[in-house]
Order: sequence, then C-alpha cells, then structure tokens
Amino acid sequence: MGKLNNQQVIQSITAAFGGKISVPTEPYGLLTFETSAENISEVLRFLKEDKVLRFNYLTDITGIHYPEQERSFGVIYHIHSLSNNIRVRIKVFLDGDTPHVPSATTLWEGANWMERETYDFFGIIFDGHPNLARILNVDEMEVFPMRREHPLEDPNRVDKKDYFFGR
Amino acid sequence: MSEVNLVEAPPGIEGSGFFATSMDKVVGLARSHSLWPLPFATSCCGIEFMATMGSHYDFARFGSERPSFSPRQADLLMVMGTIAKKMGPVLKQVYLQMAEPRWVIAVGACASSGGIFDTYSVMQGIDEIIPVDVYVPGCPPRPEAIIDGFNKIQELVKNESLRRRDSPEYKELLQRYGIQ
Repeated sequence: MGKLNNQQVIQSITAAFGGKISVPTEPYGLLTFETSAENISEVLRFLKEDKVLRFNYLTDITGIHYPEQERSFGVIYHIHSLSNNIRVRIKVFLDGDTPHVPSATTLWEGANWMERETYDFFGIIFDGHPNLARILNVDEMEVFPMRREHPLEDPNRVDKKDYFFGR
Repeated sequence: MSEVNLVEAPPGIEGSGFFATSMDKVVGLARSHSLWPLPFATSCCGIEFMATMGSHYDFARFGSERPSFSPRQADLLMVMGTIAKKMGPVLKQVYLQMAEPRWVIAVGACASSGGIFDTYSVMQGIDEIIPVDVYVPGCPPRPEAIIDGFNKIQELVKNESLRRRDSPEYKELLQRYGIQ
C-alpha cells in the first residue's frame, strides 16, 4: 500500500536539485540516481526532512570499486520512507586513491557503523565521522581488502600449490 | 561377571607381589586415559563435537568425562572450526594459559588449513600460530573421525617421554611460534 510512487519522488527531487543529480532510473522498480560528494549531504537531508517524502530510515551504506572507471570508488546509500513505503538508492562516485565523502552520521546515528565498515573494506574516508576506525577486520590490517587490486586468496596458503596436483 | 574392562598393564617385570616398569609408561598410561579437553568450537565442526560428546558416541568413555572450559585445567586443546584472523590472538592466549604438558588437535579442514575459506580474513590453519599434534580431516569430520583423532592423541600421550618438554627440540618448536 504505497502512498507515493516513484514519479512523485522524481518530481520532488528534480524540482529541488535539478542539475545536481543525474537522471533517475528505475532498475527493477527501485528508484536510483547519482549525485556528487558536494551535494550528497544536502540531498540526504532533503529526502529525510521533506514533509511529504519523509525518507526517515537509512537501510544501508556500502561501497563499490570499479578500477576501470575514472572515478573508481562509489558509495551507495539505500534509504527508505517507512510512512510512504518507498525506497531510493543514491550513488556517489569519487576520485582518487583516498576518496572523501561527507559523513551521514549527522543525519542518522545508524550511519556510524555502516561508514566504518565501508572505510574498513574500501578505504573511503567519511569526513566528520566521530570515530572512523576499522570495525570488522583486524586493526593491524594495512590494506582495504575489497579493493580490486587486493588478491582474494591468502598468500600464506600452501596446500593449493600446483605441485601437489602434478601441475 | 563384571563387564568393566581395565587397560592392559604396560610392559614390565612381574613377579609374585610386585610389578616393575618405567615411570614414563605409568604416567603416560594415566595421562592418556584422563585427558581433559578444552573444546574451542567456532563453527560446524563444533556441532559434530557436540554429537561426539553426547550419549550416542559418548566421548567420556575415553577418559574425557570432564570437558574443561578453563584452559588452566585442560590438557588437550581441541580447535574445531574456522579461525578468523581476528580470533587468532584469542586462540593463542588460550593456548598460552594451558599448563604443560599440553596437546592440540585441529579438527576439520578449516582449523587444519583454512578449508574453503581461502581469503584475507581467515587464518590458513591454526599451525600458523600454535603447534598442532594431530589433524583430523573432514568438512566437517564425523564423530568417528574426531574419536579417531583423539585416540591418536592418546597414543602420543602414552608414548611421550617425560623429558620431551624439556628437550631443546621442543623449546625450539615453541620458539618458532614466539612462545617462551
């Protein structure tokens, strides 16, 4: 029982932001658009605090790495309007080897651990985060393991060497 | 007629009213039938161990009536399951808290080699951080396999020289793991 549909959300956000966001698409019915690191805080605040939209629930923040892209790191926000029964996905693509994006902890306390996880695995720096430390991996880890240049398999593994299999 | 079986006496010299054997053999015999295991169970191999401990497989009949959940009183560390790198220091701490003589059994593919988890977050076998006496293969091993591994440990305990833990080879082994 949705009270809002994607078209109404698209109308509100294009009226408010226009050229600051990409043209929204709806893969599998999920409203998706891109914006930039400069605008993401404003976009999230608008979606959360707008009297009609009321996207009050932050479902997830995660990262992605496309090494072949110029802006290779992405941060993806999933937010949910509980009262309107509708979801939105927002992507932000970032430059450089130590990408920066403003923290969403000022809007949602729940963003704290999500951003720590994204930092832990992708090395994305969330500016303004109260405690941006590793959350899942060992503290001594020096790499960001979900980056594509990091080998998936552990180099210490010996029992899968070719000579055990006559290769 | 009693159905209780006693273990056989170790080889020695027997006469009327006396029996003589070496201290090693007596101590080994006693220890091997009273190993107190510390189950360090982190995943599915731990579930198999629960079956092993239960009445059907009855682990207690080998002298392991008392699983020791404190490392201070344990003789045998049974590591069952995937050990993440973050768990490594915990496992090592548990091993360090055990008193000598102590034995370690790695149950299952994960504890032995990392198993299917060939990835950045999982330790590729617990022998990276602590010395292991017996490895039990399987994913997960059946209770019979765990019991077989335990029997192998019993054989080691039975035949271990009393001075093994003072030997330079043993000290060198611990040194390799950074244990004093």
